[in-house]
Amino acid sequence: MPIGGRKQPPTAVELEHATVTSPLSGREWELPGMWNRMFEQRVEWDFTTEGFEKIGSLEGGESLEWCYGCGKCVPVCPVDLVGEYGPRKIHRKVQTGLDLFTSDDLWLCTTCMNCLRVCPKEVDMVKVMPAVREVAVAEGQVPGELADVFEKTFRYGNALGENPRRRHAWTRDAGVDVRVLASDPRPVDVLFYVEDYWSYHPRGMQAARSFARVATALGVDFAILGPEEKTIGDSQRLAGEKGLFEALMEDVVATLDRYEFQRIVTPDPHGFNALVKEYPKRGHRYDVLHYTQLLAPLVDRIEWRKELDCTVTFHDPCYLGRHNGEYDAPRTLLRAIPGVRLVEMGRCRENGYCCGGGGGGMWLDGLTANHTSERLSERRVREAVESGADVLAVCCPYEVSRFEDGAKSTGNDQLQVRDIIELVDEAMGGGGG
Amino acid sequence: MRIVVAVKQIPDLVEELELTADGTDVDRELLKMVVNEFDDQALEEGLCLKEAGDAELVVVALDEPDVDQTLHAALAKGADAAIKLTGALTGWIDSHRRAALLASWLSGQSFDLVLTGVQAADDLDGQLPGLLGAQLEVPHISVAVRVEAEDGMAKVWQELAGGTVVVDEVRLPAVIGVQAARQAPRYVSISRIRQAQQSGGITEVEVQAAELGTEQFALRRLVAPEAAGHAEMLAGGAGEVADRIVELLRAKGLVRS
Repeated sequence: MPIGGRKQPPTAVELEHATVTSPLSGREWELPGMWNRMFEQRVEWDFTTEGFEKIGSLEGGESLEWCYGCGKCVPVCPVDLVGEYGPRKIHRKVQTGLDLFTSDDLWLCTTCMNCLRVCPKEVDMVKVMPAVREVAVAEGQVPGELADVFEKTFRYGNALGENPRRRHAWTRDAGVDVRVLASDPRPVDVLFYVEDYWSYHPRGMQAARSFARVATALGVDFAILGPEEKTIGDSQRLAGEKGLFEALMEDVVATLDRYEFQRIVTPDPHGFNALVKEYPKRGHRYDVLHYTQLLAPLVDRIEWRKELDCTVTFHDPCYLGRHNGEYDAPRTLLRAIPGVRLVEMGRCRENGYCCGGGGGGMWLDGLTANHTSERLSERRVREAVESGADVLAVCCPYEVSRFEDGAKSTGNDQLQVRDIIELVDEAMGGGGG
Repeated sequence: MRIVVAVKQIPDLVEELELTADGTDVDRELLKMVVNEFDDQALEEGLCLKEAGDAELVVVALDEPDVDQTLHAALAKGADAAIKLTGALTGWIDSHRRAALLASWLSGQSFDLVLTGVQAADDLDGQLPGLLGAQLEVPHISVAVRVEAEDGMAKVWQELAGGTVVVDEVRLPAVIGVQAARQAPRYVSISRIRQAQQSGGITEVEVQAAELGTEQFALRRLVAPEAAGHAEMLAGGAGEVADRIVELLRAKGLVRS
């Protein structure tokens, strides 16, 4: 597998054939491609500042025009690896007249933040893209598949459009009691914020049950909000629906205000990101942990009952790793599991690849497919297979479904995709999801 | 031109429907209500008409659960006014009563076009547009897929069986039952819906429908449909399953070779 990925062939700006007519004699010359490149207007002369003015006037959109074209961002852009993308390319396109507000290019960025990590000019696509998207969304210029998710999130409080009253249906088969605060509002140490995919996706529900068993075995005092829980909606925010995010935040804060808890623990790095970075901006401060951060310090207390005997590689979630600097807690858990041999993929930790689900990408697979040679998740699955692993371990609720699909569609059914909590649970003698 | 779009709420099927103990209605205690999807199409066609010319668009609904959300969304999309008809409205409102209630308000209004959904989950016969036209004593056309209006006349593209489309001309005012708008209903951002919520904008009007007479029916009992059969799950490897699917398709005469 070439490290540089499978690119889509570039689109030539120049014409292959041109007919040049003499203004004096009216005679025509047929010119082949090599020649007519001299007769096509070159992009250097197509320069416009209009795009930067429009984008730069938005809060968060200022930094796009700071780009000086060094191109460091392109080889680290996960979308460029399977297509033609990256901030430097977007910058050049806007410079030559692209209207980003109506272009499909607006929706391909997963806000993974790898470009910002290497950018000497601090061009921040994690702010630029949502700012431009917000304008597009307000004008109704939003891909149908994404609009559908926005509407479902607004109506039901979850991206899947599932029945809010069934949010804690997963607890039924957990094998341990899971306290729901609405029916038992006593103070609790850990408020377990389950989020959408662990609440409703069949594979996520398995992970949620594993978490409940592990937390119970370790004596963690935890409870959930059950039907009162609504998604934090951070990916919807990054996909341009800031109004939706703010509406959700009002509801979430009002619900949290009703209960006494010490810490919030969530399996979702996206919700985690918003609670850590966005909520404090609006004056809402909580002690928040990703579930791997809760469990890693407790690892010595775990009684292991089973050796798993497998080679595992780990995919860093963009919003736990690059966005929030946590690379070690998941690895601490994996290394502690008896029989697990941890191998790293070439792209890991700070340079970890992206599953394609962030920034709204979770709900844009249809649009993205028109612009990429393969899904980001498929690319990542092939990297995992190349590492020699039997198991691709993850700790973001978006990833199990994305990578399992990728394993099937790339013919790598032998690769198991499992949340770290499922591996921990299995090695502790639980069902393992 | 003044366009009135009548919308209604129907049970959201994200919840499983349950019947009340006496079996005469769905249990409305725990139901969520959403706008009838055909009414959403009627609203979109109305908005397209408004944008194509000089028109005022008023959206009207009975005071049913969660209707404010529907009316605020309509205002955010571009409706000029939203009217909520209040009164003694409980339980299921059948299409005769609904038409009478809407007509009692509409008869005091000036309007050129009334658009409403061609049908609804609880009005599969599509009675409402016709009944409303009759009550208001104006022409009615249903199953519309496009409406254009000019000089007191409307052109209505009507979809008939077998994919035939006829173009009718009708003198205004008229009632049109819309099956589909010329484009997909637009997305309106949550910020705009929230702005509409905060600025109010819903006018409440109390209505009393005229006596409906003795032709009104009495609902005796609702029953949930019984499952007629079960799906057969094909087990085995991908190859085996594929062979079995081909075999089944052949047996049913759906493939030739």
